[in-house]
Amino acid sequence: MTTATEPATSATGPATRSVPAPPSAARIARARAVLELRLYVRARQAMIFSFFYPIIMLVIFGSISPADTVEGGVTYVQYFTAGIAATGIILNTFQQLGIRIANERDAGELARLQALGTPAISYLAGKAAQVLVTTVAQLALLVMVARFAFDVPLPVDAAHWLTFAWVTLLGTLAGTALGFAVSLLPKSAKNADTVIVPIALILQFFSGVFFVYSSLPGWMQAIASVFPLKWLTQGMRSVFLPDAAASAEVAGSWEHGLTALILAAWVVVGVAVCARRFRWRRPA
Amino acid sequence: MPAIEISALRKTYDGRAVVHDLDLTIEAGECFALLGPNGAGKTTTIEILEGFRSRDGGQVRVLGHDPAKANRRWRSRIGVVAQSTGAALDLSVAEAVRHFAAYHAAPRPTDELIEAVGLTGKAGTRIANLSGGQRRRLDVALGVQGHPELLFLDEPTTGLDPQARRQLWELVGQLRAEGTTILLTTHYLDEAAQLADRVGVIAGGRLLQVAPTAEFGGELRGGATVRWRAGALVREVVTRTPTALARQLLAETPDGEIEDLEIRRPTLEDIYLELLATASPETAGTAAGDDTAGDDTATDDAAAGRDARDATPGGAAGSTARADGPANRSSEPEPPRQPRAVTRSGS
Repeated sequence: MTTATEPATSATGPATRSVPAPPSAARIARARAVLELRLYVRARQAMIFSFFYPIIMLVIFGSISPADTVEGGVTYVQYFTAGIAATGIILNTFQQLGIRIANERDAGELARLQALGTPAISYLAGKAAQVLVTTVAQLALLVMVARFAFDVPLPVDAAHWLTFAWVTLLGTLAGTALGFAVSLLPKSAKNADTVIVPIALILQFFSGVFFVYSSLPGWMQAIASVFPLKWLTQGMRSVFLPDAAASAEVAGSWEHGLTALILAAWVVVGVAVCARRFRWRRPA
Repeated sequence: MPAIEISALRKTYDGRAVVHDLDLTIEAGECFALLGPNGAGKTTTIEILEGFRSRDGGQVRVLGHDPAKANRRWRSRIGVVAQSTGAALDLSVAEAVRHFAAYHAAPRPTDELIEAVGLTGKAGTRIANLSGGQRRRLDVALGVQGHPELLFLDEPTTGLDPQARRQLWELVGQLRAEGTTILLTTHYLDEAAQLADRVGVIAGGRLLQVAPTAEFGGELRGGATVRWRAGALVREVVTRTPTALARQLLAETPDGEIEDLEIRRPTLEDIYLELLATASPETAGTAAGDDTAGDDTATDDAAAGRDARDATPGGAAGSTARADGPANRSSEPEPPRQPRAVTRSGS
C-alpha cells in the first residue's frame, strides 16, 4: 500500500489535483473478453444448452433419418446441418447471452461494473468477443461432425466459405445485440429462462430448422420471416446446399441481399434498444 | 475543501419522502458513520452520493462534483462497497482480484490486497464456495483496489463473525491512516465507536443528530444509571449526579454492603436507541431508553444543550423502574430516595 496517491487533504483541491486517467475502454474490453471466455467454459449449463446443443441435435436427427431426402435433391441431414448451424448462433448469442446478462444484473455483477466506472462499450465488446470465439469453435466442430459422421459436403469453394463467414458474422452481431436487448425484458433473472428460451425454441420450429421451411404453413413463414433465425438458416443453406437447391426456396433464390439487409437491420434495432435502455441495475 | 457536501437533499418514492432535507458536510480525511435502522434512508442517501440514484431536491457535491453527472475520472477516485454488488461465482478470489486490477490506473498489488482482507488462505477458492463473510471481505478488497480518495462502506461487517469484523476494522483503520475519507453505514454501534470520527443518526429519512463520536448524545450522555438492590427489589435511578446519589446511599448505609450497587454511563447504543425512540416511537419500539417519557423533543433538547433536570443539584433526573411493560415511566423528577421499586425484569 505504498503506491497511494497524494493525501486526500491536498491543498490544491479536487478540481485541480492530478488524477491518473483510468485505463482505456479497449484495455478493459480485453480483460473482459478473457474473463467472459473463462466464465463461459466454466458455466456447464451454457456449454450444454448453447455450445453442444447443435452438435447433439445433429447427431440425433442425423441418426434417425440418415437416408431421407428433401425437396431440391438434398439429404435431410444436409438441410438440417444448415438449420442447426444457424440455431447454434442464435442460442449462443440471443439465448445464452440474454439469460446470462439478466443473471449478472440480478446478482449485482453489473452494479459492481458500474461502481468501477466500466464503460458499457467495454462490457459489450467483452461479450461480443466471447460470443464470436465460441460461435466459431462451435461451427468448426459442427461442420466436422457433419462432414465425417454424416457425409455432409464442406462448402464447395471460396465463394461459399465467404458466404459462410459473412452470414456467421452478421448473425452473431444481430444475435448479440438482441441478447443485450432481450435481457432487459424479464423483470428478474428468475424469469429470464421462461421469457427467452420459448422465443428461441418456437423460432426454431418456424424458421426451417427441424422442418423444411418451404413446406411450412404460410402464417408460420410470415412470422418467421420477421426474425433473424429464418434468414440465418437460409444463408446457411446457401453455404451447405448445392446451388440448384435454391429453386426449392420459397423465393426461388438464396436472397443474399435481403438476408444481409434484414440481419443488419436487427443489429441496428438491438444496438438502438441497448443504447437507450441498457441498465446496470434492476429497476427498483 | 470538504469531501462531501449535502444541503437540503430530498428523495421521494411515489410521493413519499424517504430522505427529508438532509444537510451534512464530511471533511476530507474524516471517517463518518451513518447509523440508523433498516429503511431509515441510509442506503438511499449513499446511493445518491455514489451517483447511482437521482435526487428530487437539494445540492450534493462529492469530491467537488455533482454525482448525478458522474464521469470515469470522478468514479476512479471513489471506492464503493455496496450491499447490492455480486461477483462471478465461477471465479476464484485471486482471479477476481487480478481481473479487476485492469480497471484501475494504479491498483494495489493483488497478493497484498488479498492478505489485507484476510483471504490469503482462500485465494484459490471459487467465490461460490466462500461464506457470506468471506464474500463481504472480497467486496471490500475490490472496493479499495484502486486507492480511492473517498470510500463508501455500506454495512461492511453485516454477517461477519467477530474475528472477521476486527480484521476489517483494522483494514479500515489502515485506510484512514492513509488519508482516505470514509463514509460508513452500520447497524453496529461498537463499530461506529471504533472507527468513526463523527457519527450521524438517521431515521425516517431525517438526520436526527450529528456529533463527534466522543460527544455523541450531547446531554443524553451526561446521565448515569445507579442501580442497587434492597431486599428483593431492584432500585434504579437515572440521574445526572450519580456521585451525589451514591454519597447519599453510603450515608444511609454506614456499615454493610449496598447490594449489587452499580453505576453505569449510557453506552453509544443506549443513546442511539433513546434518540430513535424520541424521534419516532414506532421506529425503535419499546426497546427505548427510560428517561425521556413525556419529553418528545429530546433531540432539540440535546442540541440546545439545555436540560431542565440540571436545575436541582443532587436530584435525580427522573427515576423509573424496569418493569415488564413500558408503562412505569415518570415524567416528573423524583427525589432520589423514593425510587419506584419493582422486581427485577432481567434487564
